[in-house]
Amino acid sequence: MTTPAIPEGVKRCSTGKFALGLAVAGAVLLWGVYAMFLVWYKGLNQTGMDNAYGFALWIWADLAIIAFGGGAFFSGFLTYIIGRKELKSIINYAVIIGVICYSSALLILGLDVGQPLRGWFIFWHANVHSMLTEVAFCLSLYLGVLVIEFIPVVLENPKLDRFRFIHHFSHNMHEVMAVFAATGVFLSFFHQGSLGGVAGVLYGRPFSFREGLLIWPWTFFLFTWSAAAVGPCVTVLITWLTEKIAGKKLVKQEIFRMLGKISGWMLLTYMIAKIADTWYWAAVTAPSKGFALMDFYTNNPIYGIWILIAELVVCGLVPALILISRKGRENNFLLAGAMILAVIGIGINRWVMILQVMAAPLLPFQDWYMYMPTWQEIATTILPIAYGTILIMLAYRYLPIFPQEKELNPGS
Amino acid sequence: MFPFIFEWEWDIAHLVFMGAAGFAVSIIGAGITYCILKTIYDTATEDGGEKGHH
Amino acid sequence: MTKQEQHTSTKRYGMVIDLDRCTGCGACMVACYAENNVPFSKDESDKMLTLNWIRVFKVDNGKPFPDTEICYIPKPCMQCDGEHMDGHSPCVSVCPAVATDYDHLTGIVSQIYTRCFGCRYCMAACPYHARKFNWWDPVWPAEMEKYLNPDVSVRMRGVVEKCSFCYHRYQKARNKAYLEGRDEVYEDEYQPACVEACPTKAITFGDLLNPEHQVYKLSKSRKAFRLLEKLNTNPKVYYMTSKKWVRRKTDNYIENESPGETRNSSKTQKASH
Repeated sequence: MTTPAIPEGVKRCSTGKFALGLAVAGAVLLWGVYAMFLVWYKGLNQTGMDNAYGFALWIWADLAIIAFGGGAFFSGFLTYIIGRKELKSIINYAVIIGVICYSSALLILGLDVGQPLRGWFIFWHANVHSMLTEVAFCLSLYLGVLVIEFIPVVLENPKLDRFRFIHHFSHNMHEVMAVFAATGVFLSFFHQGSLGGVAGVLYGRPFSFREGLLIWPWTFFLFTWSAAAVGPCVTVLITWLTEKIAGKKLVKQEIFRMLGKISGWMLLTYMIAKIADTWYWAAVTAPSKGFALMDFYTNNPIYGIWILIAELVVCGLVPALILISRKGRENNFLLAGAMILAVIGIGINRWVMILQVMAAPLLPFQDWYMYMPTWQEIATTILPIAYGTILIMLAYRYLPIFPQEKELNPGS
Repeated sequence: MFPFIFEWEWDIAHLVFMGAAGFAVSIIGAGITYCILKTIYDTATEDGGEKGHH
Repeated sequence: MTKQEQHTSTKRYGMVIDLDRCTGCGACMVACYAENNVPFSKDESDKMLTLNWIRVFKVDNGKPFPDTEICYIPKPCMQCDGEHMDGHSPCVSVCPAVATDYDHLTGIVSQIYTRCFGCRYCMAACPYHARKFNWWDPVWPAEMEKYLNPDVSVRMRGVVEKCSFCYHRYQKARNKAYLEGRDEVYEDEYQPACVEACPTKAITFGDLLNPEHQVYKLSKSRKAFRLLEKLNTNPKVYYMTSKKWVRRKTDNYIENESPGETRNSSKTQKASH
């Protein structure tokens, strides 16, 4: 008898339906791949960037997806280092989402550089004073760690698990997973922080520049903290979406609530620090460089004070307060809503720390710089979503990702 | 990245940075090596059809 | 970054641009294009996508006719000394691959085109927008290729470039001095193309640390200032004007603050001559 490819005891959709899903996601993927080759072949003139916008949509996408992928390191930290064993029910999925986010980030970085074939210079000729160098090292190493964390899940596919060597290898990797997870936490702390440092160290850009501790601007710590806060929200939201599409429960509701509570407290403490940072920047740092707060939020078509309120209050304090309250967490609508708001809030934060930095004029005789991405940039930014969807479809179908699935769906 | 590349300096910044990177690589490498060696040992010494923990 | 060499002949090459003399003719830009093999694109009207190492900006006092006044501001790379005057200029400290470096012997910020891999972090860091990206491969009409300057390498698509204070001219002058058995390069031996081309002699160039050079005195004038001085980037390009409104257009001031009050200690030069 041949071993089934689908894990034992769970039910999956028909091959036809699965193939149709793959075809839809594959079509979007191909669109992105076409745009990707146009950019590589014809160069960065295919984008909406210009001499004022050295950083634009792609760098935002990088910063955002790495924050969203923060669920992998933070869940790993909670599971293996703090010892919250109940999170083992979702850790596999957090790792897969992490792999998707980090591999996408590296792909986008590969697109974003003018001379991709010289990409290795960042390692070989590393300037250790540059935040981008730290990002490149930690990001690449951490993707390695995530792949290592993902390998045992792949090896648990029934067709692979029957080989004795593979079976033992996957078991042994599980045994030392705490070591990998700890390394991942160490690397994540630095690269999440360095991504915050990228804008924070720009002392020629008063909108993003922040004072800090030793060589690290405050944005370094704020980015790490916010990624830890919002990462689990992204993991929960994608798990929920998967449940809706699969039409079955995959993880116990209390796990979502527990992660919601942790995220809530992380988000609240982050917001307190972020508001203090914003106040100090507006009252001390920016005026010392000749700028009043409202200089950054007026005389342009998009960036009004609304964006600061949206980031700090509507998508910051509000979801944090919902998530820390028991009533908020027990209401599914509020729980999901708060998590979505939190994700949007961090997305806005990453956007302003890149795009608004480029937009704000520095010399009084210059205007705000505006930017519109081209379809090639948009397609390549959507590409990771299509690629992620395909990877999730394959992983969900063929790998035992959710240990609670059988228990939650006894009839199937 | 390496001392033989001309921009390398024997200063604290390079040593801390490359030291931390090397440390992380060593941990990852040691972990993987351990898994491979242990797996070879487990596969060689297991008795027939007995399954592992999973 | 290379360590500051303890050398008695350490220079800090810089410029003083007299805005009251600049007529905005653009000769400096033209000379720079020709000298440094700066390519042009099919559509030169979009200045955000084209290349220029020095660009002349036109500013006015915002008043209606007949009180309108115009000032032209030529803007090359400011060759910043950095926040602590130690060569950590905004762009140099962020470049992940050491493709841009601060030369402690001259104070000039270099750009190594074959090392740059086009991440554009330096462009994001530069408050003066002095750095330009090669969005296309350079193309010159066939006949024009013969007129390219053999002393300056052309750049390829996907890398950043910027003003080098015509560093190749410094190298030539230094070689000449060496052959003649001198340690010092004379003031008139090393002058960038834009300085030579300026018909009104609005641009003065030399060693900001050498009291015998004109720029030394001019940079210490009460009329001298630098762009965005409050950012503490410590540029080596100075400007001069007697017009107050021009001063207000060259830095940012919060309410009730005026240019005179903000001239701070950052202007103090490191005396290493």
